[in-house]
Amino acid sequence: MSLTILQKQDLDSFVRKLMLDYRVVGPVATDGRFAFEVITDPAELRLDYPTTILPPKKFLLPTKEVLFKFDNTDGGSIEAPPLDPPTVILGVHTCDVHAIQLLDAVFDTGYADPNYLSRRNRTLIVSIECLTPCDENSFCKSMGTLSADEGFDLHLTDLGDTYTVDTGSEAGEALLGQCKICHTASQEEIKRLNQVLNEKWPKFPYRLEFDISDLPSLLSMNMKSPLWNELGERCLACAACTNVCPTCFCFDVRDEVEFDLKHGARVRNWDSCQLDEFATIGDGHNFRKSRALRQRHRFMRKGKYILDAHHHLGCVGCGRCARACLVNITPVGVFNELYKQSEAGS
Amino acid sequence: MMNRTYAPTSEELNVGTDLFFPEMALITKTEALNDTNKLLTLELPKGRSLDHRPGQFVEVSLLGIGEAPISISSSPSRSNGVFELCVRQVGDVTNALHRLNPGAKVGIRGPFGHGFPIEKFRGKDMLFAPGGLGLAPLRSLINQVLDERALFGRVIILYGARNPDELLFKDELKQWGERDDLELHLTVDRGDDTWKGHTGVITTLFKDISVNPRNTVAFTVGPPVMYRFVLMEFHGKGISEGNIYLSLERRMKCGIGKCGHCQINNVYTCQSGPVFTYRDIKGLEEAL
Repeated sequence: MSLTILQKQDLDSFVRKLMLDYRVVGPVATDGRFAFEVITDPAELRLDYPTTILPPKKFLLPTKEVLFKFDNTDGGSIEAPPLDPPTVILGVHTCDVHAIQLLDAVFDTGYADPNYLSRRNRTLIVSIECLTPCDENSFCKSMGTLSADEGFDLHLTDLGDTYTVDTGSEAGEALLGQCKICHTASQEEIKRLNQVLNEKWPKFPYRLEFDISDLPSLLSMNMKSPLWNELGERCLACAACTNVCPTCFCFDVRDEVEFDLKHGARVRNWDSCQLDEFATIGDGHNFRKSRALRQRHRFMRKGKYILDAHHHLGCVGCGRCARACLVNITPVGVFNELYKQSEAGS
Repeated sequence: MMNRTYAPTSEELNVGTDLFFPEMALITKTEALNDTNKLLTLELPKGRSLDHRPGQFVEVSLLGIGEAPISISSSPSRSNGVFELCVRQVGDVTNALHRLNPGAKVGIRGPFGHGFPIEKFRGKDMLFAPGGLGLAPLRSLINQVLDERALFGRVIILYGARNPDELLFKDELKQWGERDDLELHLTVDRGDDTWKGHTGVITTLFKDISVNPRNTVAFTVGPPVMYRFVLMEFHGKGISEGNIYLSLERRMKCGIGKCGHCQINNVYTCQSGPVFTYRDIKGLEEAL
């Protein structure tokens, strides 16, 4: 599809136009950090953000969502919740684009999850090319997520005064059709885009000491590594890592009752395999009692189990968990340590 | 690739959230099996049949309390438009279920999971070794086998519980004991004044039986601590790993392979199980 140019000065009016038909979500500054929020004024948008506290996942799989409302007055009746409005998420980094592709696969495999999919089907992704590393914790280049060939409806690249806009879907093309101020890129602009893309690549370091294709077998070989116990000793089981993760999708379902004890809602909340009770059954038996086993489970999911099941890695290298961890447990640290141990042992 | 649209169609609105919507089933009968276990008989709306396989489970919910996975205890061969759940009082949902009487309604989703592949067992000798509440899911299979008795070889049931009171389905155990086409051996860990039967853990029953290992399929369901020991007994009789079936208990919160609570390493118990062969799970470190 053709490449389009949007002048930066016209972004404001393009977003205002989107806001007529969509709930528009994008990165905004919040207390010195950044977060994806619903945009009420395009001037709030900060497409130059390094990273956000939570990934845009929260608009597809909300931290808490109502599955249904119930009324217990007369034998019990249930009612579907209202749907979220059609949404455009602006400024999604390519690591998060990869994460959303994984979530799409997860929720569309086996039993299709109606809540996620109906929300996803009404959400458009406008991603943006990262031109500099967000900080020392990101390792997108090692994970193969420094670019995205698909998974977006539109994709922006900052050329200084202008954005180039790649089209990734028919829906994206229709969206761009509303942009009367955009124009097709000239040969000069295409050349400038290629230059920017070429220049960005060396700015990002490889942070894993081995090739990512070796990660699943590395993890398989290390089921019994002493490293898991070391992590277990350090881990506070606070679940910050899974709470900020763009690919974590485990949830809990519980009922919330109103004060009249008759009305209420069944809600699903994000949950975490790092929490003590996650694998505990009714009689109190906990199948993953130690923090070491819970950390192992987390990293096995990220680097192997999810890949085996869905053909997408469960880690996209965004670095959020590394930033959130209070005891400095990081995927880069863990994966490199396993690699070093296996090299030393072989 | 997903079909993306700008606005919800009426069709899409109907997609809604029904996978998480329980059907409201009517309790037609309750029977206390002992102090902590109750057998509920349930009827789905509009006479719909549950159409389950032995070994499957349903998500049972009470609006305002929550939802819990419970194995189906009745056999499809005896459905008559109803199904039975054996409910042990252990948590919020099961405690609340114990307070219900006939006429009350409970939410049902399912059936979920893989049950026992009963067609593979035709002509085989069937060796059942449930422990405690583990009889509840195996009863579904046992009664199906008894209803199609001619299709199977020997039927041997070794059933153990902690004490005589915890032996479930006593009326049925009595009937089974009276049949001459079924070998029933009961044991309790600790007897009492009334108990005249065998005393000792379930594995102590194995020395009194002999089986043809080439033609026997073995089944065990019970508390987590029991599996290793019973598996060793099956193994000791020479039964192959692919002919040993277990049903594993996990926190199957959603039933649809998403929520993550029931994962055993990479396996979602609610999707790949809860019925597994020993061969299936032998390599899964978190299984037993």
